[in-house]
Amino acid sequence: MDFINALINGLSLGGTYAMIAIGYTMVYGIAKMLNFAHGDIIMVGGYAMYVTLLLVGQPIVALIAAIVFCVILGVCVERFAYKPLRGASPLAVLITAIGVSSLLQSLAQIAFGSAPKMLMAVQISGTVTLGSIHIAYYTILTLALTVVIMVAMTLFVKYSKPGRAMVAVSEDRDAARLMGINTNAIIAITFAIGSALAAVAGYCMLIKSPTLTNTLGAMPGIKAFTAAVIGGIGSIPGAMLGGIVLGVIEAISLSIPGLAPFTDAVEFGILIIILLVKPAGLLGKARREKV
Amino acid sequence: MNDTQFVASDGRESVLRTEHLRIQFGGLRAVDDVNLEIKKGELYGLIGPNGAGKTTVFNLLTGVYKPTSGKIFLCGKDITGKAPAEINRLGIARTFQNIRLFNNLTVIENVMVGLSNSISCNIAQSIFRLPRHKKSEKEFYERALELLKVFQLDEYKDYLAANLPYGKQRKLEIARAMATNPTLLLLDEPAAGMNPNETQELMDDITFVRKNFGMTILLIEHDMRLVSGICENLTVLNFGTELAKGETAKVLSDPAVVKAYLGE
Repeated sequence: MDFINALINGLSLGGTYAMIAIGYTMVYGIAKMLNFAHGDIIMVGGYAMYVTLLLVGQPIVALIAAIVFCVILGVCVERFAYKPLRGASPLAVLITAIGVSSLLQSLAQIAFGSAPKMLMAVQISGTVTLGSIHIAYYTILTLALTVVIMVAMTLFVKYSKPGRAMVAVSEDRDAARLMGINTNAIIAITFAIGSALAAVAGYCMLIKSPTLTNTLGAMPGIKAFTAAVIGGIGSIPGAMLGGIVLGVIEAISLSIPGLAPFTDAVEFGILIIILLVKPAGLLGKARREKV
Repeated sequence: MNDTQFVASDGRESVLRTEHLRIQFGGLRAVDDVNLEIKKGELYGLIGPNGAGKTTVFNLLTGVYKPTSGKIFLCGKDITGKAPAEINRLGIARTFQNIRLFNNLTVIENVMVGLSNSISCNIAQSIFRLPRHKKSEKEFYERALELLKVFQLDEYKDYLAANLPYGKQRKLEIARAMATNPTLLLLDEPAAGMNPNETQELMDDITFVRKNFGMTILLIEHDMRLVSGICENLTVLNFGTELAKGETAKVLSDPAVVKAYLGE
């Protein structure tokens, strides 16, 4: 039964990774850049929740405030840090993203200090027991949020005007512009959605373990990036699949005593194997070079 | 709007007019002093040897490149230097020499992308799937389907664009461009890579678009049969400058044009 427990934990952990990975993969697909500051949006969302809790005390209000704040922050970062570099070398954009990441972490440290903040009000404890299977409430909530987000994202991309425009821009930005699509607006929408999902992912992390520091988003950011690559970067279903795969691997590895200390090595090892077999990721498409 | 710019010399409405259009890349004048005048309902040809600057002219007209100097007027309105999406909204649509459909979208979705600006539905309505969203999605779908029927592509509507036969992909590109509701349609070598049957079908399509939609068309073409068969007037480019222009038959028999195409 340990295995089933680990599997359920893995699905919920994977759901969190998937939410973050969707942001990475959408930005990569549409703006053709790796937004390494994406993980830190999670952390900023955490502090937005912390401040809201001090003022209002309602976790649900805190979550909404975090989403709103992260959306504004994500769009502003894109507008002021990345947009001026459109058309610049990918390395310049990459280093800017790393710079934004440090900036956000440092600002949070200056504003809130380096001692962890405990968001006990958002923490959700308690478990449901079915025979020998114990499922924590936060796991159930995370799974539910994951399913809702995945369904909503799939519907949005497939059956809405901005969704279709996003696919068009990710495939051929110039052709999309020439069909009258405002690519700047589409890129801004992409950052907004990615940041909103990062805020929700942050919430899912904090209901499980309410310790907030300015590096809260760093490791999950890297893991989610790994998940996006496993799934095939640029592909939204790929990010979902990659997130779930990575989360399940992590949870199962953690549940095996001999393997637990090497969990990160196991995860990144599997990344290497998948990339050796499928260089474009599980659902990624190999790019045809135009000649 | 300045009326004198809107009416061509012979009194017909001018859809497109360029004045001394020029673009310089480093030391190279890719397009130099090009003066086009295309009248409403006209099918105008832009021809010339490889590297003459034809596609560069298209990129200037659609705002992909900004001209070094010169002006572009669409229906009398100065559109010089505007962004591509803006120019498309003002009424210029194009197809591409190497087909650039959205291959991960279906045939009907490609047309729906083209329709994006014609039906209003904002992002909030889409995200929260408000009733307005549902209504606009239905409208998008039905308008796209209508357009596909006009182009006899409706039976392929759920195919991924990448899986269409080549000739149909060309057709779909034209349908997608028409979906943006242009006043001027630019076709960049539509017959490239087509066999004679497909070329004939394409000529019929172009004639059809012209008649059915009253469309003004500017065509880049290498295929002389196509050009002489359907264009009324031509401009011949060579090394970025105008070598000849005027009525098709006259231009094609011009010794300078023959020389540029066939050598001495």
